[in-house]
Amino acid sequence: MNGLFQHAPVLPVVIPLLAAFATPLVAKLGKTVRRTWVTTALVGTFAAVCLLLWRVLDSGIQVYVLGGKSSTLVLPSGMAFPVRILFEVDAISAFMAFSGSLVAVAVGLYSIHFLRESSALEKHDVLLLLLVAGMLGMELTGDAFNFFVFLEVASVASFALIAYQRKRPESIEAAFKYMVISTVGALFVLLAVGFLYGRYDALNFAALASWMELTTADKLALVLLVASLAMKSGAVPMHMWVPDAYGEAPASVTALLVSVSQASLYGLFRVVFTLYGLEMNVLVVGWIIIALGLLSMFVGVTMALRQHDIKRLMAYHAVSQSGYMFLGLGVGLAVLGDPVAFGAYGMKAMEGGIFHIINHAMYKGLLFLTAGAIFLRTGTEDLNEMGGLGHKMTFTTVCFIIGAAAISGLPPFNGFASKLLIYESVYLFNPILAIIAMVVSILTLASFVKVFQSAFLGPKPEGPQPIREVPVFMQVGMGVLAVVVVLFGLFPGAVLDYLVHPAAQALVNRAGYIVQVIGGGM
Amino acid sequence: MFEAPLLAAAGLIIIGLFAVLFKTNLIKIAIGVTLIESGVNLFLITTGYRKGAVAPIYTLAPEGQQMVLPTPQALTLTAIVIGFATTALLLSLAVALYKHHGTLDARKIRRLRG
Amino acid sequence: MLDTGSGFWSPLWWIAALGAAGLVVLIIRARGRSDYQKGTEQVKPFLSGQPEVEKQHVRASNVYWGFLEALKGYYRPLVQSHTGLINDYTTWFLGVLVLVGVLILGMGG
Repeated sequence: MNGLFQHAPVLPVVIPLLAAFATPLVAKLGKTVRRTWVTTALVGTFAAVCLLLWRVLDSGIQVYVLGGKSSTLVLPSGMAFPVRILFEVDAISAFMAFSGSLVAVAVGLYSIHFLRESSALEKHDVLLLLLVAGMLGMELTGDAFNFFVFLEVASVASFALIAYQRKRPESIEAAFKYMVISTVGALFVLLAVGFLYGRYDALNFAALASWMELTTADKLALVLLVASLAMKSGAVPMHMWVPDAYGEAPASVTALLVSVSQASLYGLFRVVFTLYGLEMNVLVVGWIIIALGLLSMFVGVTMALRQHDIKRLMAYHAVSQSGYMFLGLGVGLAVLGDPVAFGAYGMKAMEGGIFHIINHAMYKGLLFLTAGAIFLRTGTEDLNEMGGLGHKMTFTTVCFIIGAAAISGLPPFNGFASKLLIYESVYLFNPILAIIAMVVSILTLASFVKVFQSAFLGPKPEGPQPIREVPVFMQVGMGVLAVVVVLFGLFPGAVLDYLVHPAAQALVNRAGYIVQVIGGGM
Repeated sequence: MFEAPLLAAAGLIIIGLFAVLFKTNLIKIAIGVTLIESGVNLFLITTGYRKGAVAPIYTLAPEGQQMVLPTPQALTLTAIVIGFATTALLLSLAVALYKHHGTLDARKIRRLRG
Repeated sequence: MLDTGSGFWSPLWWIAALGAAGLVVLIIRARGRSDYQKGTEQVKPFLSGQPEVEKQHVRASNVYWGFLEALKGYYRPLVQSHTGLINDYTTWFLGVLVLVGVLILGMGG
């Protein structure tokens, strides 16, 4: 049991990574064995993340040293800074990992039936597990270069999964375009890591943060990191890959891609809050992030209104919703240097933004899964050719209503709670920003009314294939996320106290993050 | 002399970016990505360079001789491996697109827009 | 119970209030018109000039046509900038990178 605790920070990456490479062997034993194996691995990953989350909330930041004689020896033989690769897990890392691995479990259950007729299922499972490993690695690592490596692991797995339906030229086109822009972005991240290494001869986030002097090279690194990670999280006007990639990947993969993009979002906030913090001009960087957020919210939702491909429409909403996270955390960053304003509304804005991250992962995952269910039964993603699905697909309809109400910020669902936090705190910062955020929310509702009307209402469909409810495991996958959406909506206070508030605290507590690695001798 | 590798790295990155920004042939875009990658790798290696130093092999270094930093070399090796994977996948996607459309022109293959 | 800084939000209270409001609605409905008869022409929705109401379904692309038409000036440049060309994607990315660079380096980051 002690060993389990000791290795808790690294287990969420080790389990999916090893399971991924064992999958082709396990697949030889038959379909059922393979499915059980993958599902068990994903559930095991989620359990490991839960254990880690409990450890972090219970006893503070967890540090894990890879490749050393002991996993707890951070500074061997009188070193001033860590030379080995570290995993450093604080509340925000564990929070992101919790959100991502929960979606992964739902996706794992869902894809048991969703891709049943496909030919390369064991390859899909390998890539899915690698995607989970890369996402969790980005969120748990405490090392700049290691972050780049996991970013690429997650990216390469997602390129291949986007091109999974390789008979469709559109899927390959989307994968190619995402691959070019994502690789260029990742190389810029690597360039920034090179700048930081050239300046400080260190790669550890905590060591870099403690020595940060903000020379020109550091500023260049900041520029590269902010722009690249904002692009990877789909901020307007660098969002154009999002509708392509989300629209063309299989629906189950898209649900997870939302969480993978959020890992880049986490990277962005780790960089600006922990690596640079108050060393830089937080007002300028804060306003850059707010501006990206406003553009994302507004352009995303207005572009979504005119779409008629259901997944492309939802993808534009993913862009729009990440704008809320940029807005909340950007406001928190902009007032970071002003203790009065930060106490009055900055902390609440950050809590709203972070709460919205997990809420968005849940309801957007749910919505993409319902889109997949519709695709499975109708064979199309074009809303113009749908109608009347509500007559037969009752469970999917209910799930869709829950997801759509949550994303539009209707009470009592979870989207309302986080949006309310953002509205009220941002209003104190700048009323115009809050008003734009509310208008975007109304347009979101309008656009999901359109989807509901086109897909689920209307006369009974008279297509060639009979419409019936989707298989049971797909229902379980959607059900898991729907239950979480409802529970988070009904008990937002508890979620805020136990998950969101510690995460926001961890993001602000730069000194605490540094001291855990460098020790008292800084 | 120390600036020469940095200038070469910057040149490679700029040429690569030029290809990615202005070339519409998918293979040339892939070449551009590879050039950016080589530039970044060269930059990484340069950060560990020390004038007159020897290769960082602990047991082989002569007494009192300075070694170049080993970490950037490890980083660059990792980055090269990652780059190999991305280049291979990028080119195979380009081949698949060519099979579907019979052209490598980025303007003619696009179906997803708006 | 969620403390939002300037107020609070409690979904359970909200549902209770919704239930109370629903009760009021039901009471008012129970005191409704006595000349309402089920199963007659009265129940059917009245749409002028539409003989076959049953089989009508507005397609997705026709929903919000008026909204999109009214905001044509906003939408045309926006849609045109979504070219779907990979070169334009990277151009936008590099443009933002340069802009962020000018802001951070120019304003004392």
